[in-house]
This record gives sequence, C-alpha cells and structure tokens, in this order.
Amino acid sequence: MTYSQAVLNGDRLALARLLTQVENNAPDGRIALIELFPHTGRAHLIGVTGAPGTGKSSLVNQLALYYRKVENKRVAIVAVDPSSPFTGGAVLGDRVRMRDLSGDPHVFIRSMATRGSLGGLAQATANMVQVFDAAGFDIIIIETVGAGQSEVDVARLAHTTLVVEAPGLGDDIQAIKAGILEIADILVINKADRPGVENTEKALKSMLDLAHPTERVFRHHGSIMRTVAPTQDSSSRLMWIQPIQKTVSIESKGIVELAESIGRHVSHLRQSGDWAVRERTRLEVELEALIREALLNRFHEDVSQKEYDEALEKVVQRNISPWEAVKMLLNGRSK
Amino acid sequence: MTDKKTSPEQSRRIRVLVAKPGLDGHDRGAKVVARALRDAGMEVIYTGLRQTPEMIAEAALQEDVDVVGLSILSGAHMALTPRVLELLKANGQTHVKVFIGGIIPDEDLQRLKEMGVAGVFGPGASTEDIIRDVQTAVAG
Repeated sequence: MTYSQAVLNGDRLALARLLTQVENNAPDGRIALIELFPHTGRAHLIGVTGAPGTGKSSLVNQLALYYRKVENKRVAIVAVDPSSPFTGGAVLGDRVRMRDLSGDPHVFIRSMATRGSLGGLAQATANMVQVFDAAGFDIIIIETVGAGQSEVDVARLAHTTLVVEAPGLGDDIQAIKAGILEIADILVINKADRPGVENTEKALKSMLDLAHPTERVFRHHGSIMRTVAPTQDSSSRLMWIQPIQKTVSIESKGIVELAESIGRHVSHLRQSGDWAVRERTRLEVELEALIREALLNRFHEDVSQKEYDEALEKVVQRNISPWEAVKMLLNGRSK
Repeated sequence: MTDKKTSPEQSRRIRVLVAKPGLDGHDRGAKVVARALRDAGMEVIYTGLRQTPEMIAEAALQEDVDVVGLSILSGAHMALTPRVLELLKANGQTHVKVFIGGIIPDEDLQRLKEMGVAGVFGPGASTEDIIRDVQTAVAG
C-alpha cells in the first residue's frame, strides 16, 4: 500500500513516516503530496504566534482540549521550534506543555525544526499541514517559533491567526506593533492573571483604535494580496474587528471565550468571502515557491559549478557586477 | 526561502526523543544529553518529566523518531524499559533504537541488552560517547 492510501485509511504510523518524507522533501513525500492534494482543503488552519515565553504551547494545549472535549473535532498540531544556525540541531520542547493531550487517538502532535527557514515556520510546514488536512483532521493548529517582528509567514498559511501577548512585554508593544500584531485575527493576552494586564490591554486597544478601519491586505513579493473578495464593494463589505481575548491557559481560563471568538472568525470568513480569498492566496504563495524552486533547480542543472564559481570569482574581484554576472550565467543556459 | 546552493533533497536528520519516565524529578541529565545531541546536529524532541511508557511510545510514533533516550534515576528501569520496548514494537516501530541513561546496577545491564536496549550510559559517561553510539546505532 502506498503512503497516501495508508494515510487516508487512518494509519498513524504511515502518517508519521510520511510527515518525515515530506519534511525531508524526499521523492516518496512528493508523490504522496500529489496523490493527497484532492483530499485537502477541508481543515480549519489556526496559526498561533507570539514572542517566546508568552505561553503559546500551553494555549495550544488548552485549545486542542477544547476542540476535543466540546466540539469532538480531530486535532493535529504542528509545533515549530528553531534549528541551531551553527549545527542544524534543535531541541523541540513544545510537547512538554501538551501532555494533557496524550492518549487521545484523535490528536496528533508533530514537532518540527525550522531548518534554516526564517519566517517563523519551516519550509515544509505548509506541506505537512496538507498531509494532516488530507488525513481528515478537522482542526490543524500551527504553532510558530517564538516570534519577533517579521515572522509573519503563518498568516499566509492559516485561516485564523492568533497573536499571543503577555503582560510585562507591554513596554515593547510600541516596537512590535507594526509587525506581528498586524497579522492577528485575534489578539490573545495570555497569563492575564499577572500584574500589568490592564496596561497590555490598553496598549493593544489603542493600537487597534488607530488601525481601524483599514482594508487588510497581505503584501507579498511586491504585489498586494487583497483579502477582500474582488466582487464586493469595499464600503459595504463585512469588516472583521480584531478582538482581544484574555486567557490564563494553565488555569483553563478564557479558553471557551477564545474558541467562540475563533468560531466567529470562521463565520466571518465564510460570509465575507475571505475564506476563499485566503485559500487562493495560500495556494498562490505555494505555487510561486514551487516555481522558484523548479527554476532554480533547472538553472543549477544547466549551469555548471565551474561556470558559477568563475562568475562568482569575477564578482569578488570586482571585475563584473552581480547584475552582469546574472545576465552572463542566464545567457549561458543552453535551454 | 532556499539558499541558492541547497539541493531540493534535504538530508534526513537524526530525530531523538528524550524522555523521563517514572516519578523522580531529576532532569538535569536528560537536559545535558538533549543539548549535546542538539549540538551534534540532531533534532531532539524533549518531553519533560513524569512520562508514562504509553506517553513515550505515542510521542515516538507521532514524531517518527530514530532513537528514544530514557533517563531513569528512580531504579524502576526493569519495569519501565520492557514496557516501552513492548509498546514501540506494538506500534510497528521496531527500528527505533532505545538508549538508557541513569543509575543502572551492573547486574541489570545484561538483561537490558537482551531485551533489546541499544546502550546504557551511567554517571560519568561522556557526551562524546553518547553522540557516537547514537550515530552508530542509527547508521547500522
């Protein structure tokens, strides 16, 4: 039986092994992705991002418990942690906070390292999410690395993006608000039992007041991805007001309210047509990445290492500029 | 995105689950080993304290690891180890190499090896030895 058949049949070992093949970009993984693609597009993808130590993993644990116990949904979690830039090794520790989910056959947690990727996710994260989607998981939670300002890739992948804040980071809010807070569909103040929670909430609220009302667009490779459906008149379209939810995940406080807020966001996406727009944007980003990879591979097949090194050497010697080198190498292609 | 010179075929990294079954709360050793394996370029999934054999086997399955490292300082290794091995086997993960670190009396070493444990590291084992043995076990 092929990987994809076994995964569609609910074989957990096959699922685990296929995820490895996909993560390693191995031939078996690529074949299975092609076979599984028609079965994708059903899951609700929830991205969870925020600074290190804000409690993302504990929150994911609680959300997954909610979806299991209250909504009886099948939940997959992809938890990303950074790889060492020096050795490529990684310690993936998100499972430590997710022990409550152990023993449930309808939960599947997979940790992955960034392997040099910088946007807060690994390169293979989107493909691994596709495998979970095809495997029939209703909810897929994607937890990013502890993120700073520009790790915003998750917003292009997920339908609903939660940005997790915690009291005490409030002084830095001014610094980060232009980056990561912008991508939030829902802002979560976790550890809301801590002192300073009022200040954090106030700062976030004032940020939101300044931000509304604006159209939400993703800037992507120089082009603008509109999140509004093109057929709708922008003045009459439904606007999503980013809510602020307070949680104390280690005490399970605020989780029901957060899940309800996520539910409202899904309804909004469906009603406004944004769901389809986000799907389209996500697939376009994937398509472009694949095209880039394919072109790059073709380039390296066509241009020998020797030609490449010679051109590089000329640039290093300041004989030619990098732009001229590119022109020279591309002109040298046989096809 | 990709580095300009990386090939699309990424090499497989060794994935290791480091777990602490049983009830003792001493996880310094496990953390030292996790860190050492990380520095050797491996991807280490760290699961924390007080794991049951069931939790360990489930995590090993979901993470598709090559190696499971058990840190046991409680003396319960002769009860916990066979259970973990049994569950790994039941899940179809017979290829997974199991290592044990901790306080293991000499008389138990042989029996653990017979059960299928790939290696035992006591106090004073060097991280270099651990890294080398893990790499050898996965390669072989």
